Amino acid sequence: MTPILLHPGDIAIASALILLDAALSVALQLRLHWQLGIAAARMVLQLVLIGFVLRAVFALGLPWLTLLVIVVMVAIAGREVAARPEQRLRHFGNHLVGGAAVAMATLITALLALTTAIRPHPWYDPHYAIPLAGIVLGSVLNGGSLALDSVLGGVVRERAAVEAQLALGAPFMRAMRGLIRSSVRRGLLPTINQMAAAGIITLPGIMTGQILAGMDPLEAAKYQILLMFLLSGGSGLAAVAVVYLAVWRLTDDRQRLRLDRLIAKQHGPKP
Amino acid sequence: MAPPRLRLTGLHSALAGPFNLSVDAGECIAVSGPSGSGKSLLLRMIADLDPNQGEVWLDEQPRCGIPAPVWRRQVLYNAAETGWWHEDVAPHFQRATLAAARALVPRLDLPPDLLDGPVLRLSTGERQRLALVRALVHDPTVLLADEPTGALDADTTALVETVLGERMATGMAIIMVSHSHEQACRLGHRQFHMRDRHLHPA
Repeated sequence: MTPILLHPGDIAIASALILLDAALSVALQLRLHWQLGIAAARMVLQLVLIGFVLRAVFALGLPWLTLLVIVVMVAIAGREVAARPEQRLRHFGNHLVGGAAVAMATLITALLALTTAIRPHPWYDPHYAIPLAGIVLGSVLNGGSLALDSVLGGVVRERAAVEAQLALGAPFMRAMRGLIRSSVRRGLLPTINQMAAAGIITLPGIMTGQILAGMDPLEAAKYQILLMFLLSGGSGLAAVAVVYLAVWRLTDDRQRLRLDRLIAKQHGPKP
Repeated sequence: MAPPRLRLTGLHSALAGPFNLSVDAGECIAVSGPSGSGKSLLLRMIADLDPNQGEVWLDEQPRCGIPAPVWRRQVLYNAAETGWWHEDVAPHFQRATLAAARALVPRLDLPPDLLDGPVLRLSTGERQRLALVRALVHDPTVLLADEPTGALDADTTALVETVLGERMATGMAIIMVSHSHEQACRLGHRQFHMRDRHLHPA
């Protein structure tokens, strides 16, 4: 069975749904139509561009080029994790925390998959390495940004509670225990929900894509299961790494709570 | 003459100080001054909750040689704004200190079953007294009390002052921030005025 190829005209018809959304936004005065339009345009541009880039990278098959593509993807994901929270750690702390956590979580998860379950030849074959890193990154980004937002927002909101514990002689990590737990939980919740809903409430994206592309549903399900494990593992690692790195940046050698290392995000017109 | 219980030598930060002060065992220092003058900053620096330079000595032991959590348990800062991190009141006390808390609670005119209820049901005044109980059951050597009776009426204020007086009689030193001149006179052996983030004898 060969996949049914799409023509630009088919996609243009589907884009009418976005226009409908935009029209609703105007009619209901939701002021979302610009955001929606820009996001849709960005999505189309980004995906077409990455299609061309991947086609070229796959054709060349150079290891260093594959690595470069993945490093760029990790850097962009790290930046996204850093940009989400309302609170910022000084001296590009969010970027350091986000970048380190994303790189670590993605590397561990993708390498594990490439060297054990999927095992392409060579293991760094861009056909496998790049899409795998990409899908893991998406989940890592989600978990990491939610967890970072939760821990930085929480520490500001619960300052009195944390400092009351410190003042009573609690070590810093103990005073932060509740916040650490709830922040990691927050980062993991989407993947837990996703796993619980998979197959019953939603057909996950990978499986849908592979079935549409002509693969046997059971084979597609196996792939999806593998990927679900990778995504959960990745986002869990990212959430834990982000939270512990942020908490470490928020204290010093005398176990103080250093909220002076946080600055509130500048609110400006951002699309 | 006995060495001072607490001694500040050149304690300062970018925001306040320098502060030099000696407090004897059983002595209460009352600090007054307008809002934002640095009273809380002084207490937080002594408890090592904010970055600071200079040295603080407890019974002639330098703070730098004592781990921060150990220091804070002995030189205990009781903030004006109380903090709670469990839903119920009781888990805020360790098992070993809960009995002492139960003994202290009625002396501050708090119903004993308050300890078994949720924090959300407490009034501001009840929270303030419970936070003080939570601090006192640790038997601190020095209590840094930031407006300990700010939310209390005259009768309960008197109860708090009696309890603090008893603790002072057994050697606890207090540095107290208070907006009430009368309270400063009743409890304070010496009074200071904070102006422009410097301490002046009143």
